[in-house]
Amino acid sequence: MTKHVTIVYCITAIALLAVGLFQGWSIALNIFNLCIISAITALGVNIQWGYAGLFNVGVMGFTALGALTVVLVSMPKVQQAWLVAGNGLALSFLSLIAIVFFIILVRSLLPLTSRFRLPATIALLVIGYLLIGHFFLPTTKKIESINPILSGYLGGMGLPVLLSWPIAGMVAGLAAWLIGKVSLGLRADYLAIATLGISDIIIAIVKYEEWLSRGVRNVTGIPRPVPYEVNLVDLSWFISLTHFLGIIDINNAASLFVKLCYSILFVTVLAIILWFSEMALKSPWGRMMRAIRDNRDAAEAMGKDVNARYLQVFILGCAICGVAGAMLATFEGQLTPASYIPLRFTFLIWVMVILGGSGNNWGAILGGVIIWFLWVEVEPMGNWFMSIITINLSKNSAIATHLIAGASYTRYLLMGIILLLVMRFAPKGIIPAR
Amino acid sequence: MSLLMATGMTCGYGGAYIINDCALWVNKGEIAVIVGPNGAGKSTAMKAVFGMLNLCKGNVVFNGEDITHLAPQDRVRVGMGFVPQNRNVFVSLSVEENLEMGAFINDSDVSKMKEQIFELFPILAEKRNQPAGNLSGGQRQQVAVGRAMMTQPRLLMLDEPTAGVSPIVMDELFERIVDIALTGVAVIMVEQNASQALEIADQGFVLVQGSNRFVDTGKVLLANEEVRRSFLGG
Amino acid sequence: MEIANAFALLTNFVILPAITYGAQLSLGALGVTIVFGILRFANFSHGELMSFGAMVTILTTHLLQTKGVSISPMPTALLALPAGILATIVIALLEDQIIFRFYRKNRSTPITFTIVSVGLMFFMAGLIRIIIGPNEHNFADGARFLISFRDFKAITGLDQGIAIRQTQLITLLVTLIVVISLFWFIYKTRWGKAMRAYSDNEDLALLSGINPERVVLIAWIIAGTLACIAGTLYSLDKIYKPFIFMQIMLPVFAATIIGGIGQPLGAVFGGFVVAFSEVTVTYSFKKFLAYLGPTNWEPEGLVQLLSTDYKYAVSFLVLILVLLVRPTGLIPGKTI
Repeated sequence: MTKHVTIVYCITAIALLAVGLFQGWSIALNIFNLCIISAITALGVNIQWGYAGLFNVGVMGFTALGALTVVLVSMPKVQQAWLVAGNGLALSFLSLIAIVFFIILVRSLLPLTSRFRLPATIALLVIGYLLIGHFFLPTTKKIESINPILSGYLGGMGLPVLLSWPIAGMVAGLAAWLIGKVSLGLRADYLAIATLGISDIIIAIVKYEEWLSRGVRNVTGIPRPVPYEVNLVDLSWFISLTHFLGIIDINNAASLFVKLCYSILFVTVLAIILWFSEMALKSPWGRMMRAIRDNRDAAEAMGKDVNARYLQVFILGCAICGVAGAMLATFEGQLTPASYIPLRFTFLIWVMVILGGSGNNWGAILGGVIIWFLWVEVEPMGNWFMSIITINLSKNSAIATHLIAGASYTRYLLMGIILLLVMRFAPKGIIPAR
Repeated sequence: MSLLMATGMTCGYGGAYIINDCALWVNKGEIAVIVGPNGAGKSTAMKAVFGMLNLCKGNVVFNGEDITHLAPQDRVRVGMGFVPQNRNVFVSLSVEENLEMGAFINDSDVSKMKEQIFELFPILAEKRNQPAGNLSGGQRQQVAVGRAMMTQPRLLMLDEPTAGVSPIVMDELFERIVDIALTGVAVIMVEQNASQALEIADQGFVLVQGSNRFVDTGKVLLANEEVRRSFLGG
Repeated sequence: MEIANAFALLTNFVILPAITYGAQLSLGALGVTIVFGILRFANFSHGELMSFGAMVTILTTHLLQTKGVSISPMPTALLALPAGILATIVIALLEDQIIFRFYRKNRSTPITFTIVSVGLMFFMAGLIRIIIGPNEHNFADGARFLISFRDFKAITGLDQGIAIRQTQLITLLVTLIVVISLFWFIYKTRWGKAMRAYSDNEDLALLSGINPERVVLIAWIIAGTLACIAGTLYSLDKIYKPFIFMQIMLPVFAATIIGGIGQPLGAVFGGFVVAFSEVTVTYSFKKFLAYLGPTNWEPEGLVQLLSTDYKYAVSFLVLILVLLVRPTGLIPGKTI
């Protein structure tokens, strides 16, 4: 790393320390943890954009899929729901398999040139849709009616939450494989609109399929990979640790300790992903990816299977976004589908990648940290700014209250300005790719 | 004094010159043809004359005025019309609209000009409402030439107007080009079909490696043994 | 069998809403497609441009209302619309001069333009929320119905009514006027043809002496006008909420691509295709079938293909279907 990079990282660290000193260490650690998650997401997008030039605007979808996976893996099973709905689900699943089987059968029996291929497939799809719906819709009704205030969904598998992170990556990767298979084979630039659409569909599913995710009623109380504060304060070793460090407020110490545990976990994940990304970038595979990015036609003429490479890189990037989504849900301890909006979960990540420096992993991480930091800290700054603007207005004036209410949206404004300025004056980002 | 006088034209990328000390000229009402082997810089020379490439050396004088540093669209205004080799019609616009676009800088009577073009290329009058993209190769070339003529240029520059058209269509196109020259317009064109083109040429330029190898009237060049052997395929 | 009732039901809940929504989407898609045809990039900030136009119209409407100006029974918003259009054109031209012109001069890649438009989207989203706040605004103050549900039933004696809201008619009339004038402009006028020529073949347009900066200027003026009208009509007919314009980008883009990118006629067509599929797929046909079937019979379940929750996703599914059959859109368009 060059001196310039070190300096930028130091400034960021100082900013975080300043938050700790002025706003409290708990807030600082919170920001730091979310910075790391953002950095991981940015790494995922950077692999796609920086290594291969793929424009993925469906980051939100893969993040949400990761978060959903956490619920499905780690939440306890709702026995009653399975008892009531088990048969219905099994029948729905069997009909799905049967339809897929029949479609494959019909398509393999009919010759490629047959005029009936497409109509037959569509007819089967419609029949299948109705059949599955016949079993499935009443089942979901049943599930959702079981204790709707607390549960009303199937629950998860009750496995350790840490296990859900790699699974989230796999699920997101699988989704990416499906999408990539379809959209990467089309004209490359359809990927943007395809990913935008897919992320919309994923969010709609997470939001409205209540039997699966409780939808807008949220899933709370996701198990933690780290100790709970209430247990911590009773543990003798923790008490003696606080005594040793001379800390008086043990509750605060417990909360800090928990966040620190998360930080360690997150940094570990980040380090692992970063290590793999860097290795990949330096490997022949990475060189080939960059060759494809810089000149697709030339790479194709040299006999590289460009679409297959695109698919690989797309899957990898989305899987990383999925892991980040899982980490976010774990850290927050809940799944809140309504909070998934593209500005925050897709386009903000793009600001991070572009600011950091496309194609450079260290840049992506830095971009993730800086942008998240600003995203969080701009609100107090905006409030302060608005209060200065409105200082000469009376407290109750309509304009003053309006401006102060709008202060939290200065973050959108700032993100826009940052992206525009970077694109104009430093299109290669803070840490340009070598 | 020739209508167009381009002298000492040198341009290229980096150290390698694609055209080197090349000169082209053409008089009012005459046809000049540029021939030469592949990669001789024929198209590049045309582009240089039209200002689509910046010259390292040399200058272009049109109608007694030095236009070396004029932008291509401004050369249209001083009376030069250019028909590129590829993508030389608006495929989604109708034939008539193509011609209207040619006359975009003319505020004068466009319909009169259009009728003149339709007289010159009767087939276009027939297909005036069809999108140019639906026409055959030869008809497209006629649209392209017609579009360039709509600016009422004093110099018409054609980059391989007969590329990819059948021999019959080619003969017809050449006839039309002669007709155009007879109205007093100077024509300068690059041609692959060198011998046919030289037959109608008042002035012929044989370009080799970006420089003038032979310059003479079309007839003399056609009679020149060396030119015939090397560039016209015997 | 009660065909008249079934038809009335379908008209009221499917055909009328779909036509109205289709008109609104068409106007949005036209703006996207024109910017694409001339500037050659997918403009992610177009939704915010729509939102901005609607916002200015709403603020002007409020101003007019406090001054007591009214054109009742027409909504005051129609009077305020010119101000909105003017403001949107100004902001679109400012965007172009301050931001996009730089990349045009540098001949940047389309993807660069698109990322820049994301930045602009953020900026505009923030600006709009600071000015008008993130909440809903209802500013339709005209007469609510041309024909109310009850009147229709009374006149026809049917069980099912057709309610025609005034905003629906306004949407249709304004769209008709706008689309006809737009098509007149691009097919009949000199500069309109020049725009099509530029969109078709930039280099040849230059050789014909067409001034590209002027073409771009006109394109933004048209895009701004269309965006403001589309945003206002949508908000007038439904409700104004800044967040909606983020969501509406997907159906708008889908309509653009379905019609064939850079094809104005296709954009209009695509808008209606998307709207009709969205409404039809998410409509419950239970009552409709009950009217068509034997007396005292009702189908089981809702007979709804997809829950209304998925309405934005439908546009994407339609897009995929169309692209599978015709990869360049219904009217062959350009490659992004």
